[in-house]
Amino acid sequence: MTVHFIREIDNLTMLLLEVTSKAEHAVHLAIQAMLSHDVSLAQKVIDSDDEIDVAEIRIEEECLKILALYQPVARDLRKVITILKVNNEIERVGDLAVNIAERVFDMASYGENMVEKLDFEEMTNKACGMLKKSIDSLTFREVVTAAEVISLDEEVDKLHHDAYLLAREKMLQHPNQSGYYLDCLTISRCLERIADIATNISEDVIYMERGIIVRHLHEREQK
Amino acid sequence: MPLKLEAKNLNFFYGSEQVLFDNNLPVEEKKITAVIGPSGCGKSTFLRVCNRIFELYRNQRAEGELLLDGVNVLLPEVDILELRRNVGMIFQKPTPFPMSVFDNVAYPLKLHFKLSRREMFDRVEQALRGASLWDEVKDKLKTSGLELSGGQQQRLCIARAIASEPEVLLMDEPTSALDPLATGKIEELMVELKKRFTIMVVTHNMQQAARISDATAFFFKGVIIEHGATNQIFTNPKNRKTEEYITGRFG
Repeated sequence: MTVHFIREIDNLTMLLLEVTSKAEHAVHLAIQAMLSHDVSLAQKVIDSDDEIDVAEIRIEEECLKILALYQPVARDLRKVITILKVNNEIERVGDLAVNIAERVFDMASYGENMVEKLDFEEMTNKACGMLKKSIDSLTFREVVTAAEVISLDEEVDKLHHDAYLLAREKMLQHPNQSGYYLDCLTISRCLERIADIATNISEDVIYMERGIIVRHLHEREQK
Repeated sequence: MPLKLEAKNLNFFYGSEQVLFDNNLPVEEKKITAVIGPSGCGKSTFLRVCNRIFELYRNQRAEGELLLDGVNVLLPEVDILELRRNVGMIFQKPTPFPMSVFDNVAYPLKLHFKLSRREMFDRVEQALRGASLWDEVKDKLKTSGLELSGGQQQRLCIARAIASEPEVLLMDEPTSALDPLATGKIEELMVELKKRFTIMVVTHNMQQAARISDATAFFFKGVIIEHGATNQIFTNPKNRKTEEYITGRFG
C-alpha cells in the first residue's frame, strides 16, 4: 500500500504544481494585458481558464479517490487535505486572473492608458511575489517561507487601501473617467484577493508540515 | 475524567526474556483506549497482564504496578476470581462454549452469583440485549452457541463478558476474524458499551482505532512510544516512529 500511496501522492502533487504554474502564469498575463491594454492577451487569459477548471476537478477527484482507497492518517492525511484546499484556492486565482482580464476591455475603450497614475507596480509585484513564494513553500515544504508570506499580507491590504483613496481622488478630478478608475479598483481588489489566497496557501503549508492550524490563531488564543 | 486503570513501570517477562519495558499508561474510565503497534510489540501481553490471565502459563511474570481503581492487581493477595469478574476479556476468535446460547451467558453468572431462575433469565436477557444480540437469538436460546454466525458468536462472547457486570473490558483484536458488516456491528456496540465500561482494545486496524477510540497507545518493542488523544495521534503524532507506523511505513 505504501508504495502505491506514495506514487499516487507524487502524481497528485505534480498535477497540483502544473495547475498552479498555469494559474500563476494567467495572473502575469492578465496584469500584462491590463498594463498595456492588450485585449487579445486578455482574451487569451479568459480562454485558458477552462484548463484550470478542468484540472481542479481532476485533482479533487484524485484526492477523494485517495481518501477513500487509502484512508491516510497523520502527515499523509494532512498532505491530501492540503492539496485539496490549495487546489480550490488555485482555481480561484485563475478566476481572479479572468476578472482582471475582463476589465481590460472596458479600460481599452477609453483610448488613453491611465494605469500608471495609480502606481500599481508595487502592488502587483507584492501580490504576485506572495503567490510565487506561497507556491514555493508548498513545493519545497518550507515553513519559514510560508510564514514570510503571511507576514506580507497586511502590506498588500494597505496598498489596496491606498489604491482606493487614489482612485477616488481621480474619479473626483475626472468624473468622465470614473468607469476606468472603477476598473482599476476592481483590479486592485483582485490583487488583494490574490495576496489573501497566497496567505491561505501558506497557512495550509504550515498545517501540512507542522500539524498546526495557524488561521485566526491570535483571536483563538485571546479566547 | 478519573483513571480506571493505570500501569506504572510495568515490566513483563516470558521466562528470562523481557517483553514489556517500564510501561506507564493511564486509562480513563468509560473511554475506549486503543492499543496499536506491530506484531510482537507487546500489545496483547499488556492486555493479558490486566486480568492476570498470563498466570495460567508457567514462567511468566509481571513486575511493577497495574492499578485498578488505585489498587495494584498484581499483588498476590488480590482475589483472582474477583479480578477476572471485574476485568472481562474478549479474544480475536469468537470462543463460545460448546453449550446453548443461554448457557454461554449464564455460565459466568452461575460461577459468581447465586441467582433464582427468574433472576438468571433476566440477567442473561439483559446481557444479550447489552451485546445487541437479543433480537437475533431470543427464539433460539437453546441452540448451540457454535451454530451462530461469526459476528453473532463474537457478540455472544461480549454478552458473556458483560453478564457478570465487569468494570473493564479487554478486547484483543475482536473484529479481525469478522467481515465488514459484523465488524461494524461490534464497533457500534463498543461505542455503546463505553457508557458503562472502560474498554481497552488491541487492534491492527488503524481505521478502527481512529474511528472508535478516545485514546490511543502505540507500542513498539515492548515500549509505549506514544500515548494520547486518538485525534491527535492520527492527525499529528508527536513521535516519528508513531507516524511511520500509522502511515504504514513499517509494521
